[in-house]
Amino acid sequence: MTFLRRQLPLVITFVAGVIFTLQYYVPHPKSEILLTEGSLWIQIIGLFALVLGVTSLFHIHAVKIKRQEPGWGYSLILYFGIVVTLAVGLFVQWVGGQHPGGKETIDGAMTAFGWIYTYTMVPLQGTMFAILAFFIASAAYRSFRARSKEAALLLTAAVIVMMGRVPLGEYLLPVTGDITLWILNVLNASVRRAILIGISLGAVALSIKIIFGLERAYLGGGKE
Amino acid sequence: MTAVIPGRTLSGVCLPWVMLLLWSLPLSAQAQDLLPAPEQVQVFDTPNDAGQSLTLLWADSLRDGPGVRYQILIAPVADARATAPAVDPAAMEIVAEIPSDSHYVRDRSWPWWTHPAPPAFHRYVINSRSGLELMNDTPYVVTVAAVTGEIRTFGPAIQAVPEPNWVNWNQMNNLLLLLAFGAGVFGSIRTAKRREIFLRRIPGLDAVDEAIGRATELGKPILYLTGAGDMGEPSTIAAAVILGRVSKRVAMYETELIVPHRDPIVMVVCQEITKQSYLEAGKADIFKEDSNFFITTDQFSYTAAVDGIMLRRKPAANFFMGSYFAESLLLTETGASTGAIQIAGTDSDHQLPFFVTTCDYTLIGEELYAASAYLSREPVQVGTLRGQDLGKAVILGVLALGTGLATIGLILDAQWPALLLDLFRDYK
Repeated sequence: MTFLRRQLPLVITFVAGVIFTLQYYVPHPKSEILLTEGSLWIQIIGLFALVLGVTSLFHIHAVKIKRQEPGWGYSLILYFGIVVTLAVGLFVQWVGGQHPGGKETIDGAMTAFGWIYTYTMVPLQGTMFAILAFFIASAAYRSFRARSKEAALLLTAAVIVMMGRVPLGEYLLPVTGDITLWILNVLNASVRRAILIGISLGAVALSIKIIFGLERAYLGGGKE
Repeated sequence: MTAVIPGRTLSGVCLPWVMLLLWSLPLSAQAQDLLPAPEQVQVFDTPNDAGQSLTLLWADSLRDGPGVRYQILIAPVADARATAPAVDPAAMEIVAEIPSDSHYVRDRSWPWWTHPAPPAFHRYVINSRSGLELMNDTPYVVTVAAVTGEIRTFGPAIQAVPEPNWVNWNQMNNLLLLLAFGAGVFGSIRTAKRREIFLRRIPGLDAVDEAIGRATELGKPILYLTGAGDMGEPSTIAAAVILGRVSKRVAMYETELIVPHRDPIVMVVCQEITKQSYLEAGKADIFKEDSNFFITTDQFSYTAAVDGIMLRRKPAANFFMGSYFAESLLLTETGASTGAIQIAGTDSDHQLPFFVTTCDYTLIGEELYAASAYLSREPVQVGTLRGQDLGKAVILGVLALGTGLATIGLILDAQWPALLLDLFRDYK
């Protein structure tokens, strides 16, 4: 069992890690096929894991409903949503529809499943995304209160950049356009690149540790 | 030359061709005077590629300029065994016609170890495309013709075979740097095993204990998110590794842990990690299998669900580790409104401003990868961190040296700085 749980995953990780690292340096079409096949395998494994995920989702909400925990009504709605969408997607034919599983038929007509997606999922997603605008305003208000030197500096930079990025701001204070470009292209870009260098080295170091089995925590547990 | 293929003997040519050749000789000489044929022509399989491509090089000419154009011509070889393929250049298919003052070797950046010809040479790459399919391992005859008005002079027709390559030599500097960095990391791990290495303070990680302690005191749960990425992303792996350290302390304090997931594979991995942490903490009896649970892969559905958890359960501490997109502010701002202590760690540089403004502590970029070392203090982890720092020191040195060398090279119009600078460039 230890071999299956420990050694085998480490061997697979090492072999796959080395092969896919070298794959980057091999332009041969067979190398590309290997990468595509590997990605397909990952997708297939992901689909198996999705079964575990959905099982977990059903289990969690079934327990909530059974125990009538706070917010259990939402769990009922979730069950209702899943069951209705599944049933419609699998069995209900729209007028003239031939493929109930898809969002559209071959001739472009909307299916019942497509109707649910377009008129419930899309507006709900849009609503969540739209809330972002208000959250940006509240977050900006909190961070731009000049309570320290750094916050004051941030506030100044933000005001200049905002002035420089909107036509009215640049019209009122033309100099903000050039200062904005300097802030973005010099200060911002250099710091961003420094962060990216650190991130890249960190990612490579972590990958090396994983490939050579020095980092095993992702297998569930530390040293063994 | 005009319509004459080099290496072809008259004895092998039939009578009408001989007549045509004799008739054309004076014209050829005249054309050669007016427009010299392309010289030093080379045709070969395009190196460092996936095949179906041939590269043509030829020397620049004094006649290059407005009014002179080059035609690239190709023909498949019927008899692959023939050393000197019998193809009439005038009958070959014209692939492209280009101005004579374009398509130079210098137009593309090459490292010095794969530079194909002097920078002033012309270069044309014939790629397989719609209407012109170049088959791998199939011989073709290629030539170039100089054209001005009605005059056309041909370079030698050369046979070449496109084939896929097993190594991209342009990227060997990349591999070399990777190996050097890997050696640096292993060397640092060895050093860390022998002596203690100083780690600078990371306030965000010092606050982990504070956050867990606060949650315990308040009797509220801890929310831990592993981000939007799958297990293939280093940031998700780092988030999962940190979860192991955090959940061990959570287990010791006997606090509730909530870990909602967007990816089922990450969920399964994190379940194992959390379980192991509880075992190591000697608290296996209080481990809950459903502390890690799956919500959905959809970005905003997941965000809405997590926001709901935050508002209903009011966790005392929120951890946002891994990679994030537009959902970052929706999550952290909701968390901030509930009064939770918030610690974020991400390599999504585009989301860093949102985390910095809304969270109490933020692990910026590489600090996410350093967290495991910082929390565990294991020599292997600390040594890796040291290796990363060495890598950064090298990059800083190269930046300074490269700036100096590039400036000197420009002032002196010298090529020698490229010997070093090319080693650190990204080539495809």
